[in-house]
Amino acid sequence: MTDNNHDIEQPEERVPRRVIGTPSPAAGNSLLGAEEPATEEVDVPGVVLQDERTAKKGEKFAALLFVIAFLSGLGFIVSYVVFQVGDVEKTQVSNLALGGTLTLTLLALAAGIVVWVRLIMPKYSLVQERHPMVSDPEAREYVGETFLQGAKESGITKRPLLRRTLLIAAAPLGVAPLVLLRDLGPPHTNFPSKLRHTVWGEKTKDGKPRKLVVEGTGAPIRAADFNSPGGILSVVPEGFEHDLNALAKATLILIKFRPEEIKSGTNKNWAPNSIVAYSKICTHVGCPAALYEQTTHHILCPCHQSTFDAADGAKVIFGPAARPLPQLPIAVDSEGYLVATADFAVPVGPSFWERGDAEAEVREKGGHA
Amino acid sequence: MSTGPVPKPIAGPSNFIDERIGAGTFLKRNLRKVFPDHWSFLLGEIALYSFIILLLTGTFLTFFFKPSMGHTVYEGSYDALKGVTMSEAYASSLHISFDIRGGLLMRQMHHWAALLFTAGMMVHALRVFFTGAYRKPRELNWLIGVLLLTLALLEGLTGYSLPDDLLSGAGLRITEGVAISLPLVGTWITFFLFGGEYPGEDVISRFYSLHILLIPGILLALITAHMILMWVQKHTQMPGKGRTNENVVGAPFYPAFMAKAGAYFMFTFGVIALLGTFAQINPIWLFGPYNPANISAGSQPDFYMGFLEGALRLMPAWEINLFGGSGGTLPMNVLIPALVPMGIIMTGLALYPFLEQWVTGDRREHHVVDRPRNNPHRTSIGMSAITFYGLLWLLGANDEIAAFFSVSLNWTTYVGRVLIFVGPFLAYVITYRTCLGLQRKDADIIGHGVESGVIKRLPSGEYIEVHVPPHPAIEALMRDKKPVPIIAGADSDDPDGDGIPSKGMRSPLGKLRAKMSKAYGGEKIALTDGHAHGHEEHAAVGSGEDDKPSLTH
Repeated sequence: MTDNNHDIEQPEERVPRRVIGTPSPAAGNSLLGAEEPATEEVDVPGVVLQDERTAKKGEKFAALLFVIAFLSGLGFIVSYVVFQVGDVEKTQVSNLALGGTLTLTLLALAAGIVVWVRLIMPKYSLVQERHPMVSDPEAREYVGETFLQGAKESGITKRPLLRRTLLIAAAPLGVAPLVLLRDLGPPHTNFPSKLRHTVWGEKTKDGKPRKLVVEGTGAPIRAADFNSPGGILSVVPEGFEHDLNALAKATLILIKFRPEEIKSGTNKNWAPNSIVAYSKICTHVGCPAALYEQTTHHILCPCHQSTFDAADGAKVIFGPAARPLPQLPIAVDSEGYLVATADFAVPVGPSFWERGDAEAEVREKGGHA
Repeated sequence: MSTGPVPKPIAGPSNFIDERIGAGTFLKRNLRKVFPDHWSFLLGEIALYSFIILLLTGTFLTFFFKPSMGHTVYEGSYDALKGVTMSEAYASSLHISFDIRGGLLMRQMHHWAALLFTAGMMVHALRVFFTGAYRKPRELNWLIGVLLLTLALLEGLTGYSLPDDLLSGAGLRITEGVAISLPLVGTWITFFLFGGEYPGEDVISRFYSLHILLIPGILLALITAHMILMWVQKHTQMPGKGRTNENVVGAPFYPAFMAKAGAYFMFTFGVIALLGTFAQINPIWLFGPYNPANISAGSQPDFYMGFLEGALRLMPAWEINLFGGSGGTLPMNVLIPALVPMGIIMTGLALYPFLEQWVTGDRREHHVVDRPRNNPHRTSIGMSAITFYGLLWLLGANDEIAAFFSVSLNWTTYVGRVLIFVGPFLAYVITYRTCLGLQRKDADIIGHGVESGVIKRLPSGEYIEVHVPPHPAIEALMRDKKPVPIIAGADSDDPDGDGIPSKGMRSPLGKLRAKMSKAYGGEKIALTDGHAHGHEEHAAVGSGEDDKPSLTH
């Protein structure tokens, strides 16, 4: 199979053998022992000892690294005592000192061991046999027989009453842990109805409609003061400013429009002074849809970029959300404050199995979602 | 080798142990257990050592962390949040960061180790996949690995939620939004997980016990099983001179491998300490306490959750209402991205060894791994999957991409929706062609030798470049190539020569299997193909071992 049609001698001496690609690890050990200078008498096949000079050099080098690791390790302990924490700057220094010394200790230790392995320990290329994983036939036969014999001795095969009652006995015990998990959830199971309501539907203690208050400050909002078109507020229900469960459903995004900007998708009856309130909880998976672009009236959820047209009933114009952000019916009360006149007409937030097409139901009844 | 008697301080305790548990027999068999060497075998070790570091740093964190959602007013050292009402979990996370010496370091190392743990597992799994190291007898260990990867994602998710800062809360909210979308059981699962409505006051303490006890316990058990199986079955080896399916060539466990493993643990530990010191991760104090009404733009999960995030972003709006308005809502815009990509990847990984066995009919044990080029369809499938995963992962940061490259955010999504189908297909085709190209190159090197760089002038006046045989180690690596098996009867309609196809092959499934087997297996480029046009080229290959017929004959 030689291809040399031409009678030329092989330039073995002049041309070193080329290595193409990544050399196999075999290239580095004594599999190719013949090509490497075996420096010492090999008394175990596959074990090539290092020559003493290399080993001596390795010893010094490894020892140096171990000393560095030791000193650096001491440095760690000293740093712990010297550098206190307590504010950002101090923490930074402490972190740097502790982490730096720890890093140096570990890396020096690692490098020292590597030097030890590579320069002092022999080069190994030991060969061990592999055997098929399967057991030999006699063993398998013996196990099979013994298993059957044991089963027979135990009576489990012969006595169905024993077998069946044992299974019955185990069954409730197997279910017991599941039963115990029942109280992970609340005692009631009307989960869907919980999800359909927010605190906006509840009157305040003195029977008045609930005020819209600014998130963070808790200040009620006077409609006359919220008067620059394009303005936007993050709004929470009065009395529930710090109730995370309530906020997870009832947070609003409040937007002031020019009257002519509002399109047919928005319920104008719920937009006193052209102020519109939408649920801030994204209908996709529930992140707060917190970004608003004034010029386009787009509400954007930063999690998955669902985009809603605030001027047009917060209908979805881009992204994975399938439903508009529900609009909250609001009005101006006698003192001029914005209040909720009723709960959302449809459940807010992400969809769930029992939700159904709540929007269609509302429309059927002649309402506005 | 004469070594003299064992010194007394070692002989004494050893004798004590041996007389009680007979450890000598075990050690006799295992002290010099041979471990083959290859850089890619170290990838799994990164994951293993990261796990140990996670246990160490995690235990430290539990000493100070309070897994409670009870409200408290922060009075710690971080000025910007003084007087702010927050959960005890968040307050104690701040306490760890600013009031415990080394607390910030441990927190950051824990987070970095978690990233390295999952990343290590992923690249390790890819190494095993592309080299076919999952083949018999290692299918069980492969399945354990898939389970480990799944649990690691869950472990990461639960841990990420614990500090109760605004960023972790955003992740938790998305988790809730996905869980509640599940058909039939969604509301039940969320109300039971959160002890009522979201967010409730239970989820952090529940995630805490999952994160520090249940999941790590299972991980530890499975990792132990993974190690034991590896030990019992012995490690696979790369092809090469002197390496066969019946042997294992390498360094002994004691002392070389043991020392190397120790050094490698220290390296992993050191690199994690380095990252924990100099690379800030998850600065929770900047995010503030969780509040479901707030979010920061550019919120991103840890990298291993990125593909789910990308899938959620990519999916078009689609919701189905069964049974009219009376319930039965299927938010496909959440269900599909949350379940399908993960399902494809994890199920695909778990089933692959068995599907490949079914298609190739290969039930033999394999201890010498494949070079990826030598099983081009497997490699192409793997690259396809990487592309699928990688695109989803990339699109999980499409807002960052859009902002960084100043392109339209919406267009990153539109392009992504197309790429997610086209990309894997392209990756398949390109990888397949590349594999065949590399096989051809091997055949060429075996057939013609390597260009030596020596130009020789012939008596006729013609110049030729002299070719020399490749390095023996490289040649051994190349010559190890074996054709991917094909099931009997797939390559011809009449395996027995009696004019009747075998019974199993006559069913539609059998026919499909035969077809797949024929496509998947076989020798695409024989090593001897390099000779076909050898006479036209002026190659001069040394005689000697090259005269032996190639192994593929």
